[in-house]
Amino acid sequence: MEFFLEVLIGGLLAGLMYSLVAIGFVLIYKASGVFNFAQGAMVLFAALTFVSLLERGVPFWGAFAVTLLSMLMLAWAIERMVLRPLVNRPPITLFMATLGLSYIIEGLAQTLWGAQVHGLDLGISDEPFEVAGLLLSQFDLFAAGTAGLLVLALSLLFNKTRVGISLRAVADDQLAALSIGIKLQKVWMIVWAVAGFVGLVAGLLWGARLGVQFSLSLIVLKALPVLIIGGFTSIGGAIVGGLIIGASEKLAEVYLGPVIGGGIENWFPYVLALLFLLVRPAGIFGERAIERV
Amino acid sequence: MAGAPLLELQHISLSFKGVKAVTDISFTVQQGEICALIGPNGAGKSSLLNVINGVYPPDEGMVGFNGNSYRKMQSHQAAVQGIARTFQNIALFKGMSVLDNVLTGRNLKVKSSWLEQTFHIGRAASDIAKQRQKAEEVIDFLRINQWRNSIVGTLPYGLQKRVELGRALASEPRLLLLDEPMAGMNSEEKAEMSGFILDTQRELGTTVVLIEHDIGVVMGLSDHVVVLDYGRKVGDGTPDEVRRNPEVIAAYLGTSH
Repeated sequence: MEFFLEVLIGGLLAGLMYSLVAIGFVLIYKASGVFNFAQGAMVLFAALTFVSLLERGVPFWGAFAVTLLSMLMLAWAIERMVLRPLVNRPPITLFMATLGLSYIIEGLAQTLWGAQVHGLDLGISDEPFEVAGLLLSQFDLFAAGTAGLLVLALSLLFNKTRVGISLRAVADDQLAALSIGIKLQKVWMIVWAVAGFVGLVAGLLWGARLGVQFSLSLIVLKALPVLIIGGFTSIGGAIVGGLIIGASEKLAEVYLGPVIGGGIENWFPYVLALLFLLVRPAGIFGERAIERV
Repeated sequence: MAGAPLLELQHISLSFKGVKAVTDISFTVQQGEICALIGPNGAGKSSLLNVINGVYPPDEGMVGFNGNSYRKMQSHQAAVQGIARTFQNIALFKGMSVLDNVLTGRNLKVKSSWLEQTFHIGRAASDIAKQRQKAEEVIDFLRINQWRNSIVGTLPYGLQKRVELGRALASEPRLLLLDEPMAGMNSEEKAEMSGFILDTQRELGTTVVLIEHDIGVVMGLSDHVVVLDYGRKVGDGTPDEVRRNPEVIAAYLGTSH
């Protein structure tokens, strides 16, 4: 029983790490109906910028501030050069644009900081410690706490302010949003900047766990099943989706592994996502499209 | 109707890739009047509305609003100036409730900053209460109270049209542009919508420019009618004057040669 709980809690905490990445997708999807393939590249860009500054002797918060600033500039540039010219185009066009964007951002990061792997130490030990007889990772708990704070801040921002309602309005109908005086450009800029900030947080935590390297941008792929299960439009859904993926893949690995062979962790989330697609295509918390025919 | 015109179109021309939508159109709309744009399909009515609202910049001409002249107005700027509109094919936020849709109309009236709103400090509380109260007033005015929490996408067409009017009214506009507010309605619903438009003019003092195909409704509702045909203005005057205008009769009924 204790072992089961340990695996479960470890899985849930690891799942929140996926949620962190998934939230970045949700933000942009909510505001434009576009799956931003470049989110992974943004995570990489942020982590690489941060760690490179740190290695050059910039203190922690200084590096954090500069990286944040560079993410804001990136958001500004993307709005100006990619989103604005493509306004009113179908989502697939924008998706293709983010696909291209992801390579540009990766290339930019590589040009600026080089391609080697960096270790990143946030000063939080990854040593397990004991709580009520269970062994838990300190780092996982820290990551979970960060994810919790982030979600709280984002839900305040998007549920309590008119930024949130503007965001939903823009996603729903751009022309109507314009007619009531919402500035599309401003909303997009805000959303990409916040997604950049989320990318920075995710980049630091994932970078500390795996090392800052180019495979970091591939965590996009792990965020996909999280989004399918939680729903593309819900930040809460990203959290729940992450928890489900994290817990189920670890439990599957431990309990199904001996029966059908190891490595389940790598494919199990996708099978789960596929099942969800059959039963609940909009995800647990996703908005179901309403059509009157 | 005396007084300075609220809206003045001066020699507006607009074309799409060589196809002329609107040619050299000028007319004025007085403060507080209901002005109807009529004409056959493709006459350029919606295009003209989109010019006033800043969706399309005209190729030539100026739009005068409230004493200022604009060569080209941004949609956002039009909203700031107090121009609100509804769309021919309802453009509501379908996933939101009726109340939230109406509240989005208050967008530009919000005074508190996002920081105040996030932490619910400073002006946020009174600001939210005020926007909420205004939205409630509009909901009462249009008698859509019983659907206030319904998701807009699930409502019948006629009600959606009313909610869209509500969102436009929530911004307390000086000029209200209605693109076929009664399209697809039965006569009962049309009468009801006409009533709301008249109330808007009389009780709120809002100037209205509307596009409508039902000539009976137009003649009963409007102070001023502008007739377009093939992108040109063929008539401009009171409903009675327009009714007697031979060019208008030709546009609508065809001439015998």
